Amino acid sequence: MSTKEQVVTRHSFPVRVAHWLVVLSFLLLAISGLGLFFPSLNWMTSVLGSPQLAQFLHPVFGVVMVLGMVILFFGNVAHAFPEKGDGQWMMHMVDVLKGHEHEVAEVGQYNAGQKMLFWTIIGLLAILLVTGIIVWQPYFAPFFAVSIVRLCLFLHSLCAVLLIMAIFMHAYMGFWYKGTLRGMVYGTVTRSWAKLHHPRWLRQLEGKKK
Amino acid sequence: MTLQSQDYLERSATNALRPPPQARDAQLEVAKLIDVSICIGCKACQVACSGWNDTREEVGFNHGKLDNPLNLTPKTWTVMRYNEIEENGKLQWLIRKDGCMHCSEPGCLKACPSPGAIVKHANGIVDFVSENCIGCGYCIAGCPFDVPRLNEKDKRVYKCTLCVDRVSVGQEPACVKTCPTGAIRFGTKEDMKKLAEDRVEELKSRGFQNAGLYDPEGVGGTHVMYVLHHADRPELYSGLPKDPKISPLVGFWKGIFKPLVAAGFAATFAAAALHYMAVGPVKPEDHEEEEKA
Repeated sequence: MSTKEQVVTRHSFPVRVAHWLVVLSFLLLAISGLGLFFPSLNWMTSVLGSPQLAQFLHPVFGVVMVLGMVILFFGNVAHAFPEKGDGQWMMHMVDVLKGHEHEVAEVGQYNAGQKMLFWTIIGLLAILLVTGIIVWQPYFAPFFAVSIVRLCLFLHSLCAVLLIMAIFMHAYMGFWYKGTLRGMVYGTVTRSWAKLHHPRWLRQLEGKKK
Repeated sequence: MTLQSQDYLERSATNALRPPPQARDAQLEVAKLIDVSICIGCKACQVACSGWNDTREEVGFNHGKLDNPLNLTPKTWTVMRYNEIEENGKLQWLIRKDGCMHCSEPGCLKACPSPGAIVKHANGIVDFVSENCIGCGYCIAGCPFDVPRLNEKDKRVYKCTLCVDRVSVGQEPACVKTCPTGAIRFGTKEDMKKLAEDRVEELKSRGFQNAGLYDPEGVGGTHVMYVLHHADRPELYSGLPKDPKISPLVGFWKGIFKPLVAAGFAATFAAAALHYMAVGPVKPEDHEEEEKA
């Protein structure tokens, strides 16, 4: 092995930019949203300036997050469908969580957990978009019956809670598997990281080059 | 020194562990009693409301009926609603002065996410403190009577204050003071209930067998009550709800759901922390040696 570590490209520049746009808008949305959801955390709405400004900006950042997510969706959806090895991975989820993923499954571009998380996040965000528009004052909410607005207010908070949990898990996995973050910053991961976590993807990548 | 009331029984989005200032709670509950059988639909109450509160509704249009404006607005906090019904060959003209009911269990206050934007005074008045209002419209969703109105211009929600500024200095609300027939009365809730009893009895003696007081239990009673000749069918009076209560969905969302969510977050974060401590990080360099060996 050479002294300089070999790297492979994992995420394109547009996908990385979209990812961090989603991260930024998600953080602002989650913080201000929790401030609206938990009265005792109302001070968190000030992340957007003031409680009044938060009422205005929260949905605006919601649209920004959805736009960023649209780019991430089309950048990744081709690799998000179930494949042959996914069942194997799912059956050994406990081993995966113990850190033995490389021993129990030969993962391609994404593992089964990542794929499930992808569809979960897309689904939750779609519901958040629709319900968010319906409760959006003063622009859209007046056009809907109050019973619909009530339902959407509840669904919006429920889906937001689940989304925060899902995205937290996503971030934790990236933190747990050392060497992941650089893929989303520089776009490259080390060859050893790819071989450990996504060996089938690495083989396909190198097979193509040859 | 600031002017303060120190009589808040409830304050929106405030944790019960530190309740709002309420030492001056030795107050009698007040109520406005609207006897629809005496109301002549003159709209003097609408004018008095606008006059006292310095609100001026834009001059509207004739919509082919007396209702004007057609609905409550951010500047029309009370509105006369007129309904004609024909029963047994007789025409009845049912007129109702609509506005905030000042519920004992206010749905608006339950739904409000902004600390102190909605308060309930010891005398039962539910008031919006507009500088704390953020314009989210949750109160509109929380209200079982469709009363709060969002003002497009300043993005704040408005409704009847029960003239809290007049009541707190011992005066009756402006609509009560101006009503020429005595259809709107004001006093302690107890007195108003007694007065209503007499009125209901009188209506019954005139043949309105179902006359009664509208003080709906579903919202813990209200501080604006109606004497109705058809208390069995309040919906005849331009859609007065028969059994209003806070929507169970709003109750759940603003009730048990919050601690459930807090527990869910705590469990999620704890699971990640415990997992990291138990399993430790997965580093590619630890596995390179495995391969070589």
